[in-house]
Amino acid sequence: MTWADRLLRLDRRIIFLLVAAGTALPLLMPVNLPISVSPRVEAAYQTIDVLPAGSTVLFSLDYEPDISAELQPMTIAIMRHCFRKNLHVIALTLYPAGPGLVEPAIRVAATKEHKVRNKDYAFLGYKSGFQTVMIGMGESIRQQFPVDFYGTPLDSIPVMRGIRNYGEIALLVNLTASSAADYWIQFAVGRYRKPMVLGATAVMATDYYPYLSSRQLLGLIGGMKGAAEYEKRMDLFGDARRGMDAQSLVHVIVAFLVILGTVALFASGQRGPAPRAEKPQE
Amino acid sequence: MYLGPILLTFVVGATLIALYFIPHHQAQEINSELLLWATIVYAFALILGSVSLWSVHAQRIRQRISGWPFSLVTLFALLGTTFMGVAWGIGEESPLGRFYSMVNSPLASTMFALLAFFIASAAFRAFRARNVEATLLLVTAIVMMIGRVSVGEFIWRGFPGLTEWLLDVPNLAAKRAIAIGVGLGAVSTALKIILGIERGYLGRTR
Amino acid sequence: MSPVETWIAAFLTLCVFSFLYRDNPFYRFAEHLFVGSAAGYLLAVQYQNVILPNVVLPITTGKPTPQTIVLTLIPLMLGLLMVARVSPRFTGPARWAIAFYVGIYSGIAVPGYMQAQIYAQLSDAVKPFAPGWGAVNSALVLIGLLTVLAYFFFSAPHQGLHGVSARVGIWFLMVAFGASFGYTVMARVSLLISRVQFLLRDWLHLIPMS
Repeated sequence: MTWADRLLRLDRRIIFLLVAAGTALPLLMPVNLPISVSPRVEAAYQTIDVLPAGSTVLFSLDYEPDISAELQPMTIAIMRHCFRKNLHVIALTLYPAGPGLVEPAIRVAATKEHKVRNKDYAFLGYKSGFQTVMIGMGESIRQQFPVDFYGTPLDSIPVMRGIRNYGEIALLVNLTASSAADYWIQFAVGRYRKPMVLGATAVMATDYYPYLSSRQLLGLIGGMKGAAEYEKRMDLFGDARRGMDAQSLVHVIVAFLVILGTVALFASGQRGPAPRAEKPQE
Repeated sequence: MYLGPILLTFVVGATLIALYFIPHHQAQEINSELLLWATIVYAFALILGSVSLWSVHAQRIRQRISGWPFSLVTLFALLGTTFMGVAWGIGEESPLGRFYSMVNSPLASTMFALLAFFIASAAFRAFRARNVEATLLLVTAIVMMIGRVSVGEFIWRGFPGLTEWLLDVPNLAAKRAIAIGVGLGAVSTALKIILGIERGYLGRTR
Repeated sequence: MSPVETWIAAFLTLCVFSFLYRDNPFYRFAEHLFVGSAAGYLLAVQYQNVILPNVVLPITTGKPTPQTIVLTLIPLMLGLLMVARVSPRFTGPARWAIAFYVGIYSGIAVPGYMQAQIYAQLSDAVKPFAPGWGAVNSALVLIGLLTVLAYFFFSAPHQGLHGVSARVGIWFLMVAFGASFGYTVMARVSLLISRVQFLLRDWLHLIPMS
């Protein structure tokens, strides 16, 4: 067996150890590599930054714990930006496991910027059904959400006074891990002509470039890297920025593994799929 | 052959399409009411999922299928969390809110974090430059992986610009074609459902 | 989270990570606990955020009008029919609820996709080219769109000009998929970073709290 064959049969757990080390070491010993802000994140930042104080921003935070690593820091950073600009924030989630994440995210952002629930922001909670809620809110937010997450009727919430439907909303910010973004584009942007900024998981971020070109989206923040860029733009040092050294190192490891695997394959003279690694006993 | 439900789908679907084009406030009130009904029915559809999970695991326990004690864990968790949420609410400081931060959140995020290991292993084993197409895919993936993170900029200052170009030009073109294709597919499927040509959603027809 | 809660969260995190070595009872315990608690949380949220405010409150608070009661009972009935689907005896009546639900979503889909995903994208695709060197990129985007669409057109064999277009379309697709793969790696690594941050910071206190 040649070195290349041995390499191709490498126990996958060695790769796992490499990835684990690549993640942990930079977190323990950060070097804080510089981050540059991409044009799409800058566009998202500027869209919010130019809104006049007192405008209302609707946040649809459609994600669950599985990908909270990417979207939770993004939520906090964007919401803090809105609060710093004295914008009113209305938040909701269309994911059933969302409230448990969204509520603390709003609390953290509001506390850091000294904002008060119901006066500066409202959390409407969860509602099932994606498209039906989106279109329904276009007619009447109160019909879909008669009370907020805490059971308070919307009419009793100062920040909700005068807000009937999208007509009173200046900007929609959707942070999502799913097709909710497509539906927001279809209905809030397409039907009700609301400007929209999207924060998406990195997996789906590349799918939304056509909507940037057509101006259906005004900004795109992709994944934890996008969140880190937003944090940098805000001059914050949150969880996303802290993770960027590890992100760099693991990317280098994965790229190296891809190249190594290809070189080993050619050296071994094989052209088909690589042989399976020794499967651990289950 | 389910004529009633097929007619209902037709009437509701056609009404919704018509209401899209009618801005009159009474038409929009009807639209709003129908949408609210759908929101409520959707909630029950999700509840059906949990009820179905209950019946699957209860059956595993009754029949003592291998691994049935784990099904007990599922059922206790299902019952316990439902009770906590219905009795004391779902707020951050409620018992369910604390349970969510302590159990649901770490479990869900760690399940997905496992994928980082598997994607690295898969990249090593399966990512091969066998022909022009595979080489294009591989080279783009490596450029994106290195170019989108800080270390890429450190290696070569042109990396971020190159990745932006890849996303803004070839990626945009391909994703736009896919989006148009998906759109056409979704519209034709929806029309087939409304017109009663596609009936699979009603289950097996005799 | 209190220290006890942090320890429990860390224990469950390690239970899931133990799968990397091999399948084991700790992982299976964590997996089953997750499925049950996620389903239970979903039920609780549906009750507190949808059924209570949109079904129960309208007919129990104040003096509901007959119209309000009827308009609330209709979706409730449809919803209950939907849940009844779990029993084979109610498969027939449940079809009414499914038919309503599918009708609504199909009706919504037609104008939604037509406008935002077909019309808006086609309209942007045929706008005048950007000035200067931007025209090259605009042309490439248009060529990419047409060739990828040619690849997806299977009603005619991929031969001659159509075959060449489809081949070029595949190249564009491969670049797009490569970009998606790079971003997917980024996404998965981010999720791992977050869990390691939790273990090293919140649990072991090896890195400073934010």
